[in-house]
Amino acid sequence: MSAEPTFAVAAAGLSMSVALGGRWTIAQAGVERSARALAKQVAGSSSVAIDLGGIDAIDTAGAWLIDRCRADIVKRGGAASYSNARPEHAILLEEAHWREFAIPKHAFGSVLVNLLADVGRTLTFAFRDVAAGVAFLGEVVAAVFRLILHPRRFRFTSFVYHVENFGFRSLPIIALINFLVGCIVAQQGLFQLKRFGASTFAVDLIGILVLRELAVLLTSIMIAGRSGSAITAEIGSMKMREEIDALRVMGLDPIEVLVVPRLLALLIALPLLTFLGDMAAIFGGLVTTWYYGGIGPEIFMGRLRDAIALNTFLVGMIKAPFMALVIALISTLEGMAVEGSAESLGRQVTASVVKSIFMVIVIDGLFAMFFAAIDY
Amino acid sequence: MNQTAPIKQDIAIGVRGLVVGFGEKIILQNLDLDVRRGEVLGFVGGSGTGKSVLTRAVLGLVPKRAGAIEVFGRDLDALRPQEHRALEQRWGVLFQHGALFSGLTVRQNIQVPMREYLDISPRLMDELASLKIEMVGLKPDAADKFPSELSGGMIKRAALARALALDPDIVFLDEPTSGLDPIGAAEFDELIATLQKTLGLTVFMVTHDLDSLYSICDRIAALADRKVAAIGTIEEMLACEHPWLRAYFHGKRGRQFDPARGRG
Repeated sequence: MSAEPTFAVAAAGLSMSVALGGRWTIAQAGVERSARALAKQVAGSSSVAIDLGGIDAIDTAGAWLIDRCRADIVKRGGAASYSNARPEHAILLEEAHWREFAIPKHAFGSVLVNLLADVGRTLTFAFRDVAAGVAFLGEVVAAVFRLILHPRRFRFTSFVYHVENFGFRSLPIIALINFLVGCIVAQQGLFQLKRFGASTFAVDLIGILVLRELAVLLTSIMIAGRSGSAITAEIGSMKMREEIDALRVMGLDPIEVLVVPRLLALLIALPLLTFLGDMAAIFGGLVTTWYYGGIGPEIFMGRLRDAIALNTFLVGMIKAPFMALVIALISTLEGMAVEGSAESLGRQVTASVVKSIFMVIVIDGLFAMFFAAIDY
Repeated sequence: MNQTAPIKQDIAIGVRGLVVGFGEKIILQNLDLDVRRGEVLGFVGGSGTGKSVLTRAVLGLVPKRAGAIEVFGRDLDALRPQEHRALEQRWGVLFQHGALFSGLTVRQNIQVPMREYLDISPRLMDELASLKIEMVGLKPDAADKFPSELSGGMIKRAALARALALDPDIVFLDEPTSGLDPIGAAEFDELIATLQKTLGLTVFMVTHDLDSLYSICDRIAALADRKVAAIGTIEEMLACEHPWLRAYFHGKRGRQFDPARGRG
C-alpha cells in the first residue's frame, strides 16, 4: 500500500506532458514534497497536459495539491489540462478544486501597547467585578426579603442539604488543619519565648492568635476552596446546560432557588465550623505545650482563662458570617457567569476560589483595623 | 445460529459473536454484522437497544466480553498499539453531540488529527482545513469560531469536517441528522452521499431518520433483541415480518414511505 506519489515529465518545446502515478493521498509522507517538485518542474512551461491515468489512489489532499499546480500554471498565463482521469478521480478533482481561501493572519501589536491594554482591561474588569458583586448582593437581599414575606417559598430541604454538605462534611478536615496549626503556633511560641524566659506566655499567644485571627481565617480559606468551588461548579454546569433558563421559564427565581439556600447554609455552617476550629486549635496548642514545654493541662487552662476574655472569642466569631457572605456571593456570582464551554467553567471556578480567598483576607484586614480603632 | 460465516474480502467491518454488557445487564448478545466496503449502512433500533454501544464497541471505547471485530480484515485484538494507531487514522467519527473540543476553534479542531499524524506544512494544513469547511457546507467565517458560538447544525457540520480531516476510509456517524431541521437534514444527507461517492467512503450510520434511510442508505441493519434482527435493502426491510421492524417502517411515521399504502 505504499506507492509514493510519482510524476514523469516529457517536454516537447514549450508544452509539456506530465504523467502522474502512485498514491496521491495525505497518508503518503511525500505527497506535499512531490507536489512542490512537480510545480517547480512545470514552472517554465506554457502548456501542460496532466495525465492522471496512472494514479492508484487520490484523496482530497492529493487532488488539492495537483489542482494547485494546475492553477499556478493558469495564473501565470499558461494552459493546463487533465486527461485520462478515472471518473471517481474527476469528481474528486472537481470537488477539491483549487481556490483561494482568505486565512486571517494574526496581527501582533507592539508589546508595550499590548501590555498597557492588558492593564487597562484588567482594571476595568476589576471595577466591573465590584459593581456586579454589589448589584448581585442587592438582588440577593431583595430575594431574602421576598422569602421573609412568603416563607413557604423557602427551600428548606435544599438549605438543610447544603448545611450538611458545607458544614457537617467539612468537620474532619477543618478540625484537622486547625489542630495542626494550633500545634505549630504553640511549638514556635514556646521555642521563641523560651529565650526570654517567658515560655508560659505561649499560652497567651495561642489563645489570642487562634481565637482572634487564625481559626476563622483558616476555616474560611478552606471553605472557599472546598465549598466555594463546588458551588461555582454546580451552578456553572447548570448554567451551561440551560437549567437556569429552565428555572426562569417555569417562573422560579434562580436566586431564590439556588443562591439563597446556599448563602444561608454557609452563614450557618461557617460560624459553627469556626467555633470547632477554635477548639481544635486550642487543643493542639494544649497538647504541644504539654509535650514540649511541660505545661500541664491545668496550668494551660488557668493561663488561658487569664489571657483571653469573651471579646477575644467574639472577635473571631463576628467575622465568620461576613466571610460566609463573601464566599457565597462570589462563588454563586461566578457560577452564574459561566458560558457555554467547559473551558469557561474551569476558568470561573478558578476565579471563584482566587477571588474568595483574596476577599477573605482583605476583610480580615479591614476587621483588624476596625477592632483596633474601637479598641475591642 | 452460532455457526459463524467467515469474514469475506470486501468487508470493511466484520463483527462476530460480539457480547457487550454492563454489570448484570447484557446489551449485545452474539451479535454478527458485516459492513461492506463502500456502502452506506444505516443502523436502526429502538432507543436504548445498544446502537451507540455497538458503535463504541467497534471503536474500542467500550470493552467487549466476547467476540471478534475485524476492520479491513484485521482483528482489532491482534493489533499491536502501533498498528492500532495506524488503523485509527483510517476511520473518522462523528459523535452524536459533535464532541468538538470546546477550547479550540473549528479550524483548530479540524487540524488536531492532522497535527498529530501528518508531517505537512502549516499552509497546506490551513488550506485543507478551509477545504473541508467548505465541503461540509460551512461558511468560511465559521473557521475561527469556537464551538459554543455555533448552532446545532453547524456543530454537526464542523464535527463531520473533523471526522474527514485525514480522508478516512470509514466514517461512523452517530445520529447525524438528529436535531437538524428537515431542510438541514436533507442537505446533510446529500452531503454524506456526495462525500461517500467522491471519497469512496464506507459509512456506518446510526440513525432514526427514516428519510436518511430511504435516500442514502444502501443497506439497513436493525438491532432488536440484543442482536441484528435483520439486514438488507430498504425493500427487504419493508417486507420483513419482524414485529419491531413492522412497527418501525409501517407505523404512523413510516406510512408515508410505504408504497403499498399510497403517498410515498
